[in-house]
Amino acid sequence: MEATVAYAKAEAENLMATELRLGLPGTADDDQTQTTKATTPPSTPRGKKRTTTFDAVEETTVAEEANNNKRDVEAAPPVAKAQVVGWPPVRSYRKSCFQQASSKQSKATKEEAATPASNTTTSTTAANGSFVKVSMDGAPYLRKVDLRMYKGYRELREALEAMFVSSNNGSANLSEFAVTYEDKDGDLMLVGDVPFEMFASTCKKLRIMKRSEATGLGSARQ
Amino acid sequence: MIYFPEEVVEHIFSFLPSHSDRNTVSLVCKVWYEIERLSRRAVFVGNCYAVRPERVVRRFPKLCVLTVKGKPHFADFNLVPPDWGGYAAPWIEAAARGCVGLEELRMKRMVVSDESLELLARSFPRFKALVLISCEGFSTEGLADIASHCKLLRELDLQENDVEDRGPRWLSCFPDSCTSLVSLNFACIKGEVDSASLERLVAKSPNLRSLRLNRAVTVDTLSKILMRTPNLEDLGTGNFTNEFQTESYLRLTNALEKCKMLKSLSGFWDASPVCVPFIYPLCHQLTGLNLSYTPTLDYSDLTRMISRCVKLQRLWVLDCISDKGLQVVASSCKDLQELRVFPSDFYVAGYSAVTEEGLVAISSGCPKLSSLLYFCHQMTNDALITIAKNCPNFIRFRLCILEPRKPDAMTNQPLDEGFGAIVRECKGLRRLSISGLLTDKVFMYIGKYAKHLEMLSIAFAGDSDDGMMHVLNGCKNLRKLEIRDSPFGDGALLGNVAKYETMRSLWMSSCNVTLKGCEILASKMPMLNVEIMNELDGSSEMEENPGDFSKVEKLYVYRTTAGTRGDAPNFVKIL
Repeated sequence: MEATVAYAKAEAENLMATELRLGLPGTADDDQTQTTKATTPPSTPRGKKRTTTFDAVEETTVAEEANNNKRDVEAAPPVAKAQVVGWPPVRSYRKSCFQQASSKQSKATKEEAATPASNTTTSTTAANGSFVKVSMDGAPYLRKVDLRMYKGYRELREALEAMFVSSNNGSANLSEFAVTYEDKDGDLMLVGDVPFEMFASTCKKLRIMKRSEATGLGSARQ
Repeated sequence: MIYFPEEVVEHIFSFLPSHSDRNTVSLVCKVWYEIERLSRRAVFVGNCYAVRPERVVRRFPKLCVLTVKGKPHFADFNLVPPDWGGYAAPWIEAAARGCVGLEELRMKRMVVSDESLELLARSFPRFKALVLISCEGFSTEGLADIASHCKLLRELDLQENDVEDRGPRWLSCFPDSCTSLVSLNFACIKGEVDSASLERLVAKSPNLRSLRLNRAVTVDTLSKILMRTPNLEDLGTGNFTNEFQTESYLRLTNALEKCKMLKSLSGFWDASPVCVPFIYPLCHQLTGLNLSYTPTLDYSDLTRMISRCVKLQRLWVLDCISDKGLQVVASSCKDLQELRVFPSDFYVAGYSAVTEEGLVAISSGCPKLSSLLYFCHQMTNDALITIAKNCPNFIRFRLCILEPRKPDAMTNQPLDEGFGAIVRECKGLRRLSISGLLTDKVFMYIGKYAKHLEMLSIAFAGDSDDGMMHVLNGCKNLRKLEIRDSPFGDGALLGNVAKYETMRSLWMSSCNVTLKGCEILASKMPMLNVEIMNELDGSSEMEENPGDFSKVEKLYVYRTTAGTRGDAPNFVKIL
């Protein structure tokens, strides 16, 4: 399936500059202002043969996405970025502590939701139940997701993919969509900027919107 | 001096502060070699494959303190495949046969089995201290053996190990007669802990100065423990969420206020922001603070706490602190010597709330800063030049711009000039990690100015072999060089082969070195082990085309007197 994920595209648009291509630099698209390198681009020594074997276990790239993007890599700007093993250079111990942290947080919020008096300022959404509505422009009906079910953006993205890709099969091109959310102040925010726990505690509802409408939300990164 | 009695020479040697000094005097003459080796108490082995354990034990029979390091540094980031090596067993076995006076064992990045821990526990009657950092391969059952049999145990320090959880029994294995504990760190133990056992252990350990708990320890248990440890200097808290109950936290504050000697704080697992104010009474006396495992605290929580820590010398924090927060640090913590800012989100790679501005603020507010690890969103040459001028005392400078090859955020230029300023101004620089867009020029600067540099980490940098050559030719004190994803090939690898005998090791992954180049290196330098790992291709492909120009995925070169190691897995080929 060529279907590329709306969420991934949002990420990619946001973070195009961070992506590590499988092809040589210089074959990229033109709307990337970030990559004007003053000197000759360093040659990327790795050939396309490099797959993220060890990566698949712990990094973000979904296998199907990687397959889709291998074909795209020379033709058009890849939508989802290839993850790089061991980058950023953070110890696995630290990474695993964070995974424990977010799962504990969701456990803790479950308990807090059960007890009536809750003084914590974090996870206020969870106190009301952590289900948030998800709307997608052009989809006939909304869905609901429980943010506590996800440890991070990757899992959330996969879930949204599962929910909406099948329903929009073949019609609009999903790469034209961005995932946004409404926070507790009522502002429309682009998903992915803040740590996942922070996002989960401030998100009131999710909206998958057309890319053209989302351009005002472009990231701070110029 | 050669005519002095041995005892006098030995006494003189006892004043030598470092391993390298003792190594040097042992080369002067046979007499000194003998005196030195028979009186040496502490040995440091930087690479476990550089020398055979039996040889170390034979040479230093009075060995009391042994430190051994295993896997290369990039193993921390999953660049070294599992089962590569670094086994502790041969060392513990050799020591058990030849140095029964062993008192302390420190290991880093090694694979330690429960059997080895049991052997350790039973073989050394005077054993006092076990320090394991980033190790794996053992479980809480191995710890049970240590607890049960090491009657004089003073220190059990487990830092960031991958420990298999087989239950909380180990903590109750300390016999009643064991009252000598000074330092206990089990923060990395993943499982449950029996609070009653923990409280009993603390109650019978009047000398306890350092205690780091794991996530399973509740606030109530912590309060009870702290009532018994008024002399505690270093504390790693347990869990700070649970259910928020004010009484528990008030008891905690009470207990903490009794710990007048408490200088260093870490842990804060899952800390909810409302819990943090209960720590405030301690802040004014803290010299060390580690909040880097607490993504639940935001910039305002962090700054409210840190602004009270006016004596702080060492701070580890997440990038949620943001540039604004770092400005608060800069204005509050004038004695700051070490700062580490870690990324908080690894999945959405590239975003961070800290930029060059935060670091510039720190550098102007904290002139004593000498050790830095800084993950950030972007950097500029101007900022680095300013930082170098403000803080010429850097010994360790590790900068990680999250996006590989990212240029100067203002000018789009490479960051050569910025890092050039760092190496030029910081004359005592011993460790450097560079990132961002970098050409061969930065290496020219490093080779020219970084004369005391001992360790250099390079990723996604450089244009040609010249870059690496500048470093090999210029950095006289270089011990460890690790390079990934940079365009250095056989020319650089073979450009100064004698250099590798003066270094501990060289790591190159995803560069342009070929099998042919590695073979030439191995044949020219028999005192080096040249290990290549091509786990994707499989070794059979290499044998089909011997000497061809296929790229080597991972290369690890190290000097050794031990010859080829016999424990290499089949994806490692030693040329």
